[in-house]
Amino acid sequence: MARKVLILGETREGSLRNVSFEAIGAAKLAADGGEIVGVLIGEGIQSLGAELIQYGADRVVTVEDEKLSQYTSDGYAQAILAVIEEEKPEGIIFGHTALGKDLAPRIASKLNSGLISDVTSIEETGGNLVFTRPIYSGKAFEKKIVTDGIIFATIRPNNIDPVQKDETRTGDTSSLNVEIKDLRAIIKDVVRKATEGVDLSEAKVVISGGRGVKSEEGFEPLKELADVLGGAIGASRGACDADYCDYSLQIGQTGKVVTPDLYIACGISGAIQHLAGMSNSKVIVAINKDPEANIFKVADYGIVGDLFEIVPLLTEEFKKLKVNA
Amino acid sequence: MNIYVLLKRTFDTEEKISLTGGKINEDGAEFIINPYDEYAVEEAIQVRDAQGGEVTVISVGTEEAEKQLRTALAMGADKAVLINIEDEIENGDQFTTSKIIAEYLKDKEADLIIAGNVAIDGGSGQVGPRVAELLEIPYITTITKLEISDGNVSVTRDVEGDSEIIETSLPLLVTAQQGLNEPRYPSLPGIMKAKKKPLEELELDDLDLEEEDVEAKTKTLEIYLPPKKEAGKVLSGEIKDQVTELVQLLRSEAKVI
Repeated sequence: MARKVLILGETREGSLRNVSFEAIGAAKLAADGGEIVGVLIGEGIQSLGAELIQYGADRVVTVEDEKLSQYTSDGYAQAILAVIEEEKPEGIIFGHTALGKDLAPRIASKLNSGLISDVTSIEETGGNLVFTRPIYSGKAFEKKIVTDGIIFATIRPNNIDPVQKDETRTGDTSSLNVEIKDLRAIIKDVVRKATEGVDLSEAKVVISGGRGVKSEEGFEPLKELADVLGGAIGASRGACDADYCDYSLQIGQTGKVVTPDLYIACGISGAIQHLAGMSNSKVIVAINKDPEANIFKVADYGIVGDLFEIVPLLTEEFKKLKVNA
Repeated sequence: MNIYVLLKRTFDTEEKISLTGGKINEDGAEFIINPYDEYAVEEAIQVRDAQGGEVTVISVGTEEAEKQLRTALAMGADKAVLINIEDEIENGDQFTTSKIIAEYLKDKEADLIIAGNVAIDGGSGQVGPRVAELLEIPYITTITKLEISDGNVSVTRDVEGDSEIIETSLPLLVTAQQGLNEPRYPSLPGIMKAKKKPLEELELDDLDLEEEDVEAKTKTLEIYLPPKKEAGKVLSGEIKDQVTELVQLLRSEAKVI
């Protein structure tokens, strides 16, 4: 059944985030031949419309206002609800990002609809659009359908394939005028603590440190490895509790959930708390002194030994590979 | 200050998970206060101690949630409300839960509502923002700091590792992120006192709600466990050779680089 599906394009530092393209990929599955409309909200975002179209959106609607230069639930809700009213979509897809997690439940509530959060795959079976999502910290999965109202889902970054970019694709980008009023919460300041460049939840490669890293300085060799691989730095709760790094890096049941292509765990024992945040990574490498460490049970490849000896060697080896490539 | 905490009784996901008849097997499992809701209880107590007022903890669920509510009372909350939906609702979803909570709260004149940002079992993180929307009050999710003075509120919000400093006002709903505080353990006198604190039990009827008013908008077709992962390859030999081998394996076998 063809459905019109709306996706929200999300930007970071002026560029579209990958999850926006993945949302179009998800929308393709949900639309079943129906139209895919990309939505961009912000200030000076008009030029990004073409890219959404190259990634598979049929058309783009933008809402621009200086009050939308930063995400606020009040501002974005007014903008997206105006687009929804205009477009009357049968499906909506957001990324399961800080923004999507904050905004989607409110929109769903306003639309009196259901919402399936943190989806990792979508398929059409027996006339039903079936969404798969992890539950119990990734230890189980559930398949869900929407039984009443609009089909609304947020997708976990790095799980649903985007559509191949086609630079010859063209489509219409139009703007919708929305009067944004009454922001009840105002952002006064933003303190950037996350590692520059690579976003942990979207990173294809994550290098993670645990108690075995021993100190704040101990993260340095991990950072060098991450630089070479274009990856992001993560940490176990143990490393955060010991003050070796900021809690913003924590991966686990409390903390972030990541599903990169490659996860390298350095000096992490593999407590269940940590595994909940990374066990669905595609390939896991464990480096630990203790051959009995739990992390080796979930790892695809393991090296038993001192991370301070192994990690710099790995960095060198990957550098060589890059030079030869 | 009139403070409400939304609390969920959850399966401790550190437990081993198994299935019986297509459902998560709960026999003998440990149940806890959802860890993020524990931060919410602690924060509510701290705000009350600083500003005066009362903390009421609400849970939607079955009779069994009384245990977790008593724990919150032992930590220092003043009152608890259990909305027992056991007999009426078999398959609720986040729409169901938020509708019930909002219906309960709509005439309570709450100044501050604190919830966890996500429950570790269902993991959808919807109920907080949904309740705020239904009550038409502002909300801030994943907060790591909350300061209130003369009705002005300053909140620090965790946004994927960055921090936003946000100014807003009451009434307000916030959801707790890790780092907000260190939840206290109930003291022995606290546990004794909790036994005598009021715990009100309500049903849908008491809220003038019919089953169809809160009927779920989504349905779970199937629950399954991920395929068991085969034991990985632990390399051996000289460390230098292991590193070379690992890079080759990642390239040619795993094909991730």
